[in-house]
Amino acid sequence: MNGVPMEHGLVLAATLFALGLCGLMFRRNMIFVLMSLEIMLNAAGLAFIVAGTGWQQPQGQVMFLLVITLAAAEASVGLALLIQLYHRFKTLNIDVASRMRG
Amino acid sequence: MELAFYLSGLAAVLATLGVIANPNPVHGVLYLVVSLLAVALVFFTLGAPFAGALEIIVYAGAIMVLFVFVVMMLNLGQAAAEQERLWLQPRTWIGPSLLAAVLLLTLISLLWRDDIQRVIEGGELTAKGAGTLLYGPWLLLVELGALLLLAALVTASHVGRTVPVAAPKPAARDMPTGDADQPQPPQQPARGESSSPAGKEVL
Repeated sequence: MNGVPMEHGLVLAATLFALGLCGLMFRRNMIFVLMSLEIMLNAAGLAFIVAGTGWQQPQGQVMFLLVITLAAAEASVGLALLIQLYHRFKTLNIDVASRMRG
Repeated sequence: MELAFYLSGLAAVLATLGVIANPNPVHGVLYLVVSLLAVALVFFTLGAPFAGALEIIVYAGAIMVLFVFVVMMLNLGQAAAEQERLWLQPRTWIGPSLLAAVLLLTLISLLWRDDIQRVIEGGELTAKGAGTLLYGPWLLLVELGALLLLAALVTASHVGRTVPVAAPKPAARDMPTGDADQPQPPQQPARGESSSPAGKEVL
């Protein structure tokens, strides 16, 4: 056996994405919700890298750079929102912020 | 090389399971660091060392350290872990897990049905190709990334400031109880001697 079939890399990315989606749906703590989002973004980046190395083209790595930028921006904004949630409600349960005002 | 790919892929999946099933936030963050390092190892075995180094430096090094700082700052103790353990009942996670499993099986069957017939040999993709592509024809992507990071910086510094605001009172059914079916006992209003100077709640 020489080399990894491309399906295996894509299946790994799909598994990681499904695990992140699962965690996003059933966790109620906002820290874990943000971590599940990171897992899903990372799985998308893995799929880009697998495709890029499969075709030996550098485009996959460039898109992975964009995914990392997006993840950093999402993490900073999400953590700022988390700190605000904790300051206002003294809990990390995202269900307390389900009402809109006005 | 193939063995390294499968082993690190297995480690990534197991560590991700540890993230989403862990009641303790600090343990969850550390499991996520392990998962990201395993994915970086997958990148190295696939022959993308630049992406692997970026994964370690930016993801595991910067973003996860931000998470660890926030968890340390909030000082979540044993009580938060107990609350999480109460929320992690099987009837909470079985439905989402089944839905995600159906989606995953559909995706995997679609991947197996049409043959891609491509094998990753592990030829090196260095940073040179990515750099010439990024600063040549795809320069717009650099601008987009810069704009995105600037917007995130402004948003984080605006949202994250702590000015005294009167908190809106959440409804009783939204308060954290651990068991959603059990209604919260109503708060006894202190009548008469409510002469505390902080009448309205200032956080």
